[in-house]
Amino acid sequence: MSRTIDAGVSPTQTNTIPADISGQMLDLDEDDDLEVFSKDSTLADGNMFNASMLTSPGSMVNQCKFEEDEESDSKDIFITVDNPESHVTAIETFITYRVLTKTTRSEFDNSEYEVRRRYQDFLWLRGKLEDAHSTLIVHPLPEKFVVKGMVERFSGDFIETRRKALHKFLNRVADHPILSCSEDFKVFLSAQAWELTTYKKQGPGFLSRMGETVRAVANSVRGVKNRPEEFTAIQEYVEDFSNKIGSLDKVTQRIVKEQKEYLEELKEYGPTYTLWSGSEEELAEQLKGVAGCIERCCKETEEQVGHLSDTLVPVLHEYVLCAETLKAVLRRRDNIQAEFEAKNEALATKKVDRDALKEEIDKLEDRVEWANNALKGDWGRWQRSMRGDLKSAFLSTAEKNVDYYEKCLAVWETFLLSQRTEPSEETDRDNTP
Amino acid sequence: MMADSGPKEVAVIGNTELTSAELDNNIKNTMVEIEKGTNLLRKMEISVAEAEKRTGKNTVNMQEMYTVYLIETRPVDALTEGITPDSLWRRYSEFELLRNYLLVTYPFVVVAPLPEKRAEIVWHKLSADNMDPDFVERRRVGLENFLHRVASHPVLCNDNIFYIFLTEQDKDWKEMVYETGFQAKADSRLKAVNAAFRVKNPDGRFTELKHYSDELQTVLSQLLRVRARVADRLYGVYKVHGNYGRVFSEWSAIEKEMGDGLQSAGHHMDAYAASVDDILEEEEHYADQLKEYLFYTDALRAVCRKHELTQFELEMVALDLAYKKQQKEELVTGTVRTFSLKGMTSKLFGQETAEQREAKLQVLEQQLKEGEEAVKEKNTESDEFVKTAWVDIERFKDQKDRDLKEALISYAVMQISMCKKGIQVWTNAKECFNKM
Repeated sequence: MSRTIDAGVSPTQTNTIPADISGQMLDLDEDDDLEVFSKDSTLADGNMFNASMLTSPGSMVNQCKFEEDEESDSKDIFITVDNPESHVTAIETFITYRVLTKTTRSEFDNSEYEVRRRYQDFLWLRGKLEDAHSTLIVHPLPEKFVVKGMVERFSGDFIETRRKALHKFLNRVADHPILSCSEDFKVFLSAQAWELTTYKKQGPGFLSRMGETVRAVANSVRGVKNRPEEFTAIQEYVEDFSNKIGSLDKVTQRIVKEQKEYLEELKEYGPTYTLWSGSEEELAEQLKGVAGCIERCCKETEEQVGHLSDTLVPVLHEYVLCAETLKAVLRRRDNIQAEFEAKNEALATKKVDRDALKEEIDKLEDRVEWANNALKGDWGRWQRSMRGDLKSAFLSTAEKNVDYYEKCLAVWETFLLSQRTEPSEETDRDNTP
Repeated sequence: MMADSGPKEVAVIGNTELTSAELDNNIKNTMVEIEKGTNLLRKMEISVAEAEKRTGKNTVNMQEMYTVYLIETRPVDALTEGITPDSLWRRYSEFELLRNYLLVTYPFVVVAPLPEKRAEIVWHKLSADNMDPDFVERRRVGLENFLHRVASHPVLCNDNIFYIFLTEQDKDWKEMVYETGFQAKADSRLKAVNAAFRVKNPDGRFTELKHYSDELQTVLSQLLRVRARVADRLYGVYKVHGNYGRVFSEWSAIEKEMGDGLQSAGHHMDAYAASVDDILEEEEHYADQLKEYLFYTDALRAVCRKHELTQFELEMVALDLAYKKQQKEELVTGTVRTFSLKGMTSKLFGQETAEQREAKLQVLEQQLKEGEEAVKEKNTESDEFVKTAWVDIERFKDQKDRDLKEALISYAVMQISMCKKGIQVWTNAKECFNKM
């Protein structure tokens, strides 16, 4: 299949002059309208040459209208993932989730869609997005199954955790200026089950994707020679970040474990005071009071652990997966450059049709540049997201912990108040730090 | 020179015709009187100031390491007469000897317990080693507490052996203790257990008290064990947060915008992790207070056993008297009401002569007189014991309620302090996260 590769983007589909997409990526404050044909500033997908581009994001890119900013009050698409349901067939049992979309975007025929999707469908979507935009950072999906936790595939907790992650995934895609314009994304959100199955069958077959993979492997073996400094810096950062986030993930899970064990012991502690009160007269009331305090603190502790598990643990885990995604993106970028470098070298050595080779090299060079720009743009965006997400998660955790201690404080202070016979004398003692 | 005059041993000999209400009132009044003049602590400051390691030869002539404790005494104020500042060293075994002596000499007193010989119910961080400085320190505090308990006891504070234990290094105190012959006075365990099983009419209050001591021992043991486990877990939670400190610090090195926030948040996480040491140390004091009352249950049971023993002895003596009376009756009336070997043999071998009967009667009369004396004595003894013991038990109950009430309040205060620290740390951390 011949590919007409233009120096610019895909001018054939352009009717409207789109807003500058690279401007979106690199500098959110600008809103320059630049000409589509400018190779430097227009973000074209490096993988435009992929045959699956028939309904490629590349074409979508030019049709999407971009908002000035990515603030949620100007959001024009709202997606929720909920309502997990179990389906049993002769061959297998699986869970589907309801995906509800509300949108005002023109490329959607309706303003509301309700479909059911299973995990496999999400995997498919992500695969397509990554294929089409190999150097964009596509948010990771929750893992297929949790091995270490020995979690049942159909346990309530597992399904709920997965549902939340899937919800987040779709919303991340929806927030992304390029990815959200993907045709695959649109089909995912709007097509009925049988429609999706048909749609999935289109596009490059298994074999052609194999070809891509082989090339990629070959290139990675060759290695890239002149990686731009900034990408080396990003790679180093990603390595370190991956380590740190992995550690934080482990530490946090350990905290949850310790806290749960603490809670178990605490649950036994209160009742011993109640038991004791049964043998006492004068002290009975006071002992029951202490038992009550401990019991209330138990409830608060349970809530606090729950919050940690629901808020901090999933976010950290998500970014562990992100780190892997980033590594993959950097590898793919390297591969693109390696391919170009290889062909470039060939130019110097081989005596084959130099003109044809030169043309190919030019295209590869463009590809490299587009890939780099795509990554650069998305990198800044990812960092901002990461900072925002992690800051918010840690902030929420700290707030919850303050809340936890404040509630426990109130419990014990109330008890103490009920015990004081000489408030003036006691408060002095109380004030000593 | 000893404390104020006063009876060496308090014996509230109540008239048995008093009503129970009057009896109670009587006890309360005498208690107040007792307290006034005979609390040694009012005159003398006693402290177990230091602990030191020594080596020496033990009873089997082998080298061993042991700890000695410095007992310091001084007058409460300049006006107190008869007390000079003094200090001497004693080891744990001497404290044990003192306590055993007091237990035997004053069986109606609920004698304060000694701190643990070996660390038993501890959470993992504290070493169970007797030489561990933390353990030695807590034992020092416990020994001081023991001395204060004895010195403030209305009866025990007057004891001479106790006084010498506190003040006179030169005398061979141990010899003196043995010379009191207290060991001979001690009731054998077997005797006591036997009495406990066979006594028919113990005073209901003592039976109740025995049940209470058993219950208290069970519940306090359980409580202390669970508390230790809770402390262990809490330690784990806090310490793991220390890892945040380390990782945040490392992470901050690769971040530009988040770096400062992360770095300072990390410091707060370190502070949080470190704060648990003080928290748990304080809680250990609370645990020690509970432990004292756990060990007190032994003393309570000892008093109950003594009562059972005296009551049993009274019952035995009374039973013997009743039997003798019956024998006399039989002899006088010539009837044999119950089966007896004598009855059988007399049937087989014939009745005895009048002289023989007369002689027997004489012996019996004598025995009856003696028996009646014995019963009277035992009755008095038993009554006295019940009364003096119950005075002390009431004193103990009041002390227990006061002490434990205070302990529970201090526990609440500790929890409050822990919560306040937590609020502070996490508020600070929140500020740092905000800056990220």
